[in-house]
Amino acid sequence: MNLTLKIWRQVSPAKKGKMVSYHVTDVSPDMSFLEMLDVLNEKLILDGDDPIAFDHDCREGICGSCGLMIDGVAHGPEQATVCQLHMRSFSDGDVIDIEPWRSGGFPVVKDLVVDRSAFDRIISAGGFISAPTGTAPEAHATPVPKKDSDAAFDAATCIGCGACVAACPNGSAMLFTASKVAHLGLLPQGQPERDERVLRMVGQQDAEDFGGCSNIGECSAVCPKGISMETISRLNHDLLGALRAGAVPAS
Amino acid sequence: MRVALHEVCHDRFTWVSRVSWAYRGAVATVTTQQAPRTTRKPGKFSNSVVKKAVMAVTGIIMILYLIAHMIGNLHAFQGAEEFNGYSHWIRTIGEPAVPEQTTLWIIRIVLLVSVVAHFWAAISLWRQARRARPVPYATKKRVQQSFASRTVRWGGLILALFIIWHILDLTFGVVNPAGTDTTPYDRLIASFSNIPITLFYVVSMILLGLHLRHGIFAATQTLGQTNKRRERAVNGIAYAVSAVITLGFILVPLSIAFGLID
Repeated sequence: MNLTLKIWRQVSPAKKGKMVSYHVTDVSPDMSFLEMLDVLNEKLILDGDDPIAFDHDCREGICGSCGLMIDGVAHGPEQATVCQLHMRSFSDGDVIDIEPWRSGGFPVVKDLVVDRSAFDRIISAGGFISAPTGTAPEAHATPVPKKDSDAAFDAATCIGCGACVAACPNGSAMLFTASKVAHLGLLPQGQPERDERVLRMVGQQDAEDFGGCSNIGECSAVCPKGISMETISRLNHDLLGALRAGAVPAS
Repeated sequence: MRVALHEVCHDRFTWVSRVSWAYRGAVATVTTQQAPRTTRKPGKFSNSVVKKAVMAVTGIIMILYLIAHMIGNLHAFQGAEEFNGYSHWIRTIGEPAVPEQTTLWIIRIVLLVSVVAHFWAAISLWRQARRARPVPYATKKRVQQSFASRTVRWGGLILALFIIWHILDLTFGVVNPAGTDTTPYDRLIASFSNIPITLFYVVSMILLGLHLRHGIFAATQTLGQTNKRRERAVNGIAYAVSAVITLGFILVPLSIAFGLID
C-alpha cells in the first residue's frame, strides 16, 4: 500500500520544527510501523537526505523507547507500543501525522526523539528501596497477600514510555509516578520509605514542568500496559496520608 | 550504601552535584543529567496533589450546600407565604441564642472561602497544565475523555459568572426585574417570568450538572477513595447526584415559566 506521512522535522532543540510530507510506496501490511519508517529512512539516505530520527530499541514491546504520536493518538490506533503496531491497522492512501511527545518535561532532541530523562529524575527522587543488596532473600520470608502482589505487579508493568504524558490534556505524568508509587507502596519492602517516596516523587514531577492530573483518563486509555487510574487514586491516598502523618512536602 | 542513599535523597535539587565519584559506583540509579533549572518555593500548597485535594474538599462543601439550597428552593411550590417564611427562617437560625443572621453569615463565609480556594486551585492547575504543553499537537484525537471532563474548566468559569449574577438577582435584587424593595418570592416570580433569564438559569444548571458529574468522580479519585472495583459505583453516584441537583434546581424556574407557580 501507498501512504502519505506528515512527520515533525526539527534539527535541534533550539531550532523551530515543522511538519514535512513524505510518500512511501509498496508498504506491506505485515510491516511494523517502525519497519515502515526504516524503509522511508533508507530511501532518504539513498537520496542524500537527513533520515528521520526516532527512538526505538527492543522492538518487542517491553522497553518503551518507541514513543510516537500517530494521528493524534499516543502509539497510534492500537493500545500497544509503536513497534507492536502493524501497517494492517492502516489502509492504502492514508495520510498519517507523526509527531513527538509534546510536553514541557520532554524537550525535543531531534525530529521525533524527546528527552525523557525527567522520568529518571522522578525515579531517583524516590522510586527505589534503600535495602542492603546481597543474595535474594528466601521467598517465603516476607508473606505478601495475593491481592497486593497482583496490584503491585500491574503497576510494575509500567515501561516508562511517556504515552500517559503525551496523551494527557494537562501534560501530567501522574500515571507514571503513580505506577511507581503504587508498585512499591503495596509491598512490605516499600513501607519504610512510603511517605517520603510519594512526596519526593510528586515534588520532582511538579518541578519537571508536567501538569496536574484532572482525572480525565486519557493516560490509562493509551497506556500500552493498560495501567489503571486506580494507581493514581493510590498515589493521592498515600500523599494525603503522608501529610496527615506530619510529613513536609518536597515541592 | 545506606548512608550514601540517605545523603543522596536529602536534597533532591542538588544531589547530582553533591554525590562524590566514590558513591557513583554504589548507586545504580545515578544519572549524569543536570538537576532541573525550575525551582519553586516549597510548601504544602505548591504541591499539585494538595491543590487537587483543596479543590476536592471545597467542592464537597459546595455540593452539600447545593443540596440544602435545592431543597429550600422547592418551598416555592408551597406558595408565597411558605417561601418567604423559609427565607426568614434562614436569617433567624439559632435565635435567640445567637444574634440574627449569625448562622447565615457563617454559611456565607464558609462558602466564600470555598469558592475562592476552589478557584485558586483551578487557576493554578490550569496554568501548570499550560506550561506542561508549550508546543501544541498538530493533530490530537480524544480517546475516551467525556464531554464533562473536557469542559470542567470553562464550565466552572461560566458558573462563577452565573453565581455573581444569581446573587445580584435573587439575593440583593439589584438586577432583578422587580427591584430591590421586594420579597424573595416576588423576585423569584419576576425573574422566571422573563424568558431570557429563565433560559440563562436552565443552561447554567445543565453546566452545573456536567461540572458535578466530573467533579464528584474527580474528588473521590483525588481523595484516594476509588479503585477498579468501586469505579462503576462512583461514576453511578456522580451521575445520580448531578442529575438530582440539576433537575431539582431547574424545576422551580420552569414551573414559573410555564405558569404552574404564580
